Amino acid sequence: MRDFEYLPTKTIQEACSLISQYKDEGKVLAGGQSLITLLRQKLISPSYLIDIKGVSELDYLTFDEKKGLRMGALTTHRAIEKSSLIQSKYPVLSEMEKSVASVQTRNWGTIGGNLCSGDPIGDPAPSLIALNAKLKIVSSREEKTIPLEEFFTDYFTTILEPDEILTEIQLPPPVAYTGVVYMKFSTIEAGIKIVSTSTSMILASDKQTCKDARIVMSAVAPVPFNAKKAGELLIGKKINDDLIAEAAQLASEETNPTSDVHASAEFRREIAKVLVRRAVKEAFEKAKRT
Amino acid sequence: MEIAKKILKVKVNGRPYELLIKPKTTLLQLLRNDLGLTGVKQACMDNSCGACTVIVDQMAVKACSVLALQVNGREVTTVEGLASRDGKLHPLQQAFLDYHAFQCGFCTPGKLMSAKAMLDENPHPNEEEIRRDMEGNLCRCTGYTQYIDAIKAVAQKKEGVK
Repeated sequence: MRDFEYLPTKTIQEACSLISQYKDEGKVLAGGQSLITLLRQKLISPSYLIDIKGVSELDYLTFDEKKGLRMGALTTHRAIEKSSLIQSKYPVLSEMEKSVASVQTRNWGTIGGNLCSGDPIGDPAPSLIALNAKLKIVSSREEKTIPLEEFFTDYFTTILEPDEILTEIQLPPPVAYTGVVYMKFSTIEAGIKIVSTSTSMILASDKQTCKDARIVMSAVAPVPFNAKKAGELLIGKKINDDLIAEAAQLASEETNPTSDVHASAEFRREIAKVLVRRAVKEAFEKAKRT
Repeated sequence: MEIAKKILKVKVNGRPYELLIKPKTTLLQLLRNDLGLTGVKQACMDNSCGACTVIVDQMAVKACSVLALQVNGREVTTVEGLASRDGKLHPLQQAFLDYHAFQCGFCTPGKLMSAKAMLDENPHPNEEEIRRDMEGNLCRCTGYTQYIDAIKAVAQKKEGVK
């Protein structure tokens, strides 16, 4: 690891001012569960490390029936997993968090840091995209809110400018007749995921017709991947097994996976199809029951 | 560029320290090299194996992936702090011995610390919870049966452990 100046901060304002001062020479450190490894491997070597983990105003979970969920970027994975608020309002998030890395990593790592690392194999981003998340991003210049889906641009790359900080994740309130499902496939239980999907479906009051569907996957593209064509195929139609199979086929065709030591691209595509078929069916069943 | 060292105030195994360290020092390096606590094991160095697990405040963390300066003002417990001062082993340590829950022993300190953090939070986990919470600690020789049994035996004690 190369040497750097360490700049601990206590407020968002202080962090913004430092990062706007150092820009490309600086890097924001939250829990560091990805960053420390990158520093050690010298894949990045910033001159200044601006530590925001001590910014306590960014560690919160609040819920309002009208506004939905507001989650500070420094909320740890473990806090999301254990939160009774999350478990009752967005249970899929808590379930997904249980399989993020290990307890040790979830204890120290933050949701904001996870998203900013931009790893397409991560599960939080697909789940949050399926739940229609937005991000609040601040800098000393401006403050903006964007859909999470537009945040990622390529492998480990996001739209964040060098002077910007992700401060909050926002979720709309859950609506009636919604089913959200997280499913993963890995060759060993705690091993690296070959593919995972977070799929949401909102039904009309007849509990048959799909009003909205989002099929989001990890590890099948350079970014967390929303299979839009497959989702759109379902919208406005009465759900049945044939339609689900067709959507799963389409979702699989939309993906752009690579081959690596864990799985070939072909295998990932096949697994994506199977997982999406099961996930859409389960989301449909769940939505009917709500 | 000459990098300024920073002051770190931290309590380790109950003892307060004030140290001047390089910012790039990881918690693992601090514990092993500066404080001589070599029960904290250095292995994968990329946040995977869990051999370097220690407890910061009430949380198990991987010391290789936390900057030492990030634990400023906090309390760290390593395997050296598990037994009581008179040398009596912690119930988990005793159970690991009783169940022969290790072979080479390299992963044991990390496993003990993960297990301690788990039991402090949830004194009576079932086997599934034990398996899930211990996922972050790899063993490359003896396997995964005996130490689950050892933890289970401690978890089944009515009074719990501290």
